[in-house]
Amino acid sequence: MNPGLYRRRRWRNTLAMLLAGGATLIGLAFLAWILWVTLSRGIAAIGAPLFTRITAHAEQGGLANAIVGSLLIDLMAILIAAPIGVMAGTWLAEFAARSRLGALIRFLNDILLSAPSIVLGLFVYVVVVLPMTAASDGAVTFSALAGALALALIGLPVIVRTTDEMLQLVPSTLREAALSLGIPQWKLTWQVLLRAAGSGILTGVLLALARLAGETAPLLFTAFGNNFMAFGPLDKMASLPTVIYQYTNDPNPAMHAIAWAGALLITLFVLTLGLLARLVLTRGKTHHD
Amino acid sequence: MSHATATAMHPDPRQSSGGHDPRGRPVIDRARTDARHDRWFRGTLRTCALLVLVVLVGAALSTLWGGREVLFGDGWRFLTSAEWNPVENRYGALAPVFGTLVTSLIALLLAVPLAFGIALFLTEIAPAWLRGPVAAAIDLLAAIPSIIYGMWGLFVFVPFMAERVQPTLSETLGTLPLIGVLFDGPPLGLGILTAGIVLAIMIVPFIAAVMREVFQAVPTRLKESASALGATTWEVVWDIVLPYTRSAVIGGIFLGLGRALGETMAVTFVLGNAYDISASLLMPGTSISSAIANEFNEAVGSHRSALLALGFLLFVVTFVVLLVARLMLRRLSRREGTR
Repeated sequence: MNPGLYRRRRWRNTLAMLLAGGATLIGLAFLAWILWVTLSRGIAAIGAPLFTRITAHAEQGGLANAIVGSLLIDLMAILIAAPIGVMAGTWLAEFAARSRLGALIRFLNDILLSAPSIVLGLFVYVVVVLPMTAASDGAVTFSALAGALALALIGLPVIVRTTDEMLQLVPSTLREAALSLGIPQWKLTWQVLLRAAGSGILTGVLLALARLAGETAPLLFTAFGNNFMAFGPLDKMASLPTVIYQYTNDPNPAMHAIAWAGALLITLFVLTLGLLARLVLTRGKTHHD
Repeated sequence: MSHATATAMHPDPRQSSGGHDPRGRPVIDRARTDARHDRWFRGTLRTCALLVLVVLVGAALSTLWGGREVLFGDGWRFLTSAEWNPVENRYGALAPVFGTLVTSLIALLLAVPLAFGIALFLTEIAPAWLRGPVAAAIDLLAAIPSIIYGMWGLFVFVPFMAERVQPTLSETLGTLPLIGVLFDGPPLGLGILTAGIVLAIMIVPFIAAVMREVFQAVPTRLKESASALGATTWEVVWDIVLPYTRSAVIGGIFLGLGRALGETMAVTFVLGNAYDISASLLMPGTSISSAIANEFNEAVGSHRSALLALGFLLFVVTFVVLLVARLMLRRLSRREGTR
């Protein structure tokens, strides 16, 4: 045995382990750094006017219209994405298990999952905003609906994938038992399978909401922005991410403070949704057994 | 089937109603209705699934159509020219394409070793009680919205780079003969290198998640055999785990690359938005996504067409990268399936 070689191998092993630990520490340090900055600067700027005044007041204002706009757009987006996504995922899991089209769509869905969101925004701009402008002679241009559609495209693949995966986890004995009673397939899917996979699918919807709530780029040229309170789906509408984008680009430090408050709100919203999704999944699992 | 034979075949008294359902309709009608409903149901679900395909094709076609004026009018000049001049309506994609590629490349160079280290730590080194929390924390990096990365990048990380990192880089690496030119320039804080670092942090969780997952999928008997022959943990990972999972690891790296190429908000704030192609990584630049985000709402006519054409380029490139990623990722699971 060669003691030098032995020592070198031991040494190299220790070095690799130390570097791996160091890499993990670097990752955690950046996470802590970003969260700490968001938290401390956000809390410093949070106050009552934030929720009562609108962005038209600029540095004396708040984010009321952006908060309402974000909630409305996100709600519309998830109401569009959830039914379509669940149905598409159900088709993949229950009807297309061995078909070539099913495999292709499952594959493309995975690509859509990480497609650049800004291009999806451009897509909605070309197929929704431009035709609506032309059809209404310019009365309706950018709209909350267009923004919701763009965000729905970002949430859709998340829901499709989770629904597909969760339905595949449902034991096939459940299907066989129901079918042997003579239940039509739509009833089986609707009343048995989707219920059995319910908590998993809800997790997918929550994750999709968390994902689309933080998106900025696709909203810039679909929902645009609005300095006043707006509620109509065909109005231009402010949203937290676009206001943050706008305020961050502003040279005035007072605007930056408001932007940090908005950033904190979004981060809290997104992280809470993620936590909720985890909770629903684990609770659903124990219930299922 | 007549009523009489049906009763004869099913002597069970509960079946005595034979060919009729509880509402008195013949069973055969009921079966037909059910079949029709099933066809409708199946058709609706299928339409929803096809929407995924429609969105992808639609995104490509709509940007191609919107950018037709520049893409087909200028042809190759659009791809090879570095001039971006909205005043004289001359557009070349070279500077944004360069910025996108270089920032993504820097991000990969930094993120791949980091992600590998994290995956190694989480699968081989960390005690069991530590794995869950640390993995969840790393996943949290992926959940933070990209605009937060952008703000943090602009207000916190850019000053940090300008005061601490970049002067040191210029003084040390900047004086070296060959690579010195990469780190030459004023410490602006903004620029290609800063954008690359922010992107790296953003894509680390994606690459690390894939690596962790496939490292765990390596059969334990393979690793134990190597350990039994006297291999160190590092040798097990480098000589057994990595070769076994090579295609999936490359897939995960491409997945990260796809993310980095299309990322908008984080890059827009820290890149500096200058249509320059410079050798120094400390100089500001631009990228496809940040050009679109910054200019689209003010652009009209061929300017808008040029931005849509950029969007088309970005979509095609990321599509190809993600396609490769998914194909590589599928290879490992298929190999597992044949076992």
